[in-house]
Amino acid sequence: MKPPFGSIILDAAFRLMIPFILLFAVYVLVHGHYSPGGGFQAGVLFAVSVILVRLVHGRDAAWGVSRKGAVILACLGTFIFGGIGLLTVIFGGNVLDYGALPLGPHEAEVRAMGTLGIEIGVTIAVMGVILTIFYAMIGKED
Amino acid sequence: MRRLSWLVLVFAAFVFFFAAGDLPAVGDPDSPPNTHVSPRYIEASYKETGALNTVTGVLADYRGYDTLGETVVIFTAGIASLLILGWMSTKEEENHP
Repeated sequence: MKPPFGSIILDAAFRLMIPFILLFAVYVLVHGHYSPGGGFQAGVLFAVSVILVRLVHGRDAAWGVSRKGAVILACLGTFIFGGIGLLTVIFGGNVLDYGALPLGPHEAEVRAMGTLGIEIGVTIAVMGVILTIFYAMIGKED
Repeated sequence: MRRLSWLVLVFAAFVFFFAAGDLPAVGDPDSPPNTHVSPRYIEASYKETGALNTVTGVLADYRGYDTLGETVVIFTAGIASLLILGWMSTKEEENHP
């Protein structure tokens, strides 16, 4: 990514779009319990916002995820998912049986929390993997 | 060799078309997928998982282990593409040209 293809139009347009993409990603993640959506889609949306910033501003983007950070995120997300599976076993349930988690008295609520937890794990993992592939494809100039 | 591959192709097509005749019709209410676990999911998923969205209930709760596998597959794909297309460090290349 040597020359960022920046122009006034591109800069203004993406400044307007990024907050909405991020907000929509959070909505897709949190609302996945009630409507179509979930971790995979939300992870792609998060990754898209970072890639867009990177494409427009190039190397000196104001915010983003570094190469190492992308790999760490991919590992972290998978670890969160597996860790919740392990926690449910430690607290005396089957693997990924969220009812065993000691988070509150209502079982439906606990299960919703467990589902949200693994969705967050999936989101972080997918975001990290897509950014990893992106960084692997644009070469190693930075 | 070319003739042999055509022969294999025609044979495989014949087998597939022969087997396709035994598939249940689309939307058949008596087909095995519609009578085995689907009714249980539709009736009991809200009570058992607390998820209003049946897809989420199945994906994250009944088949949580499957979703864990999917995540690991994606993770493996990312790591594999990183190893094939290039690792992050440029210093190592300078040392070993």
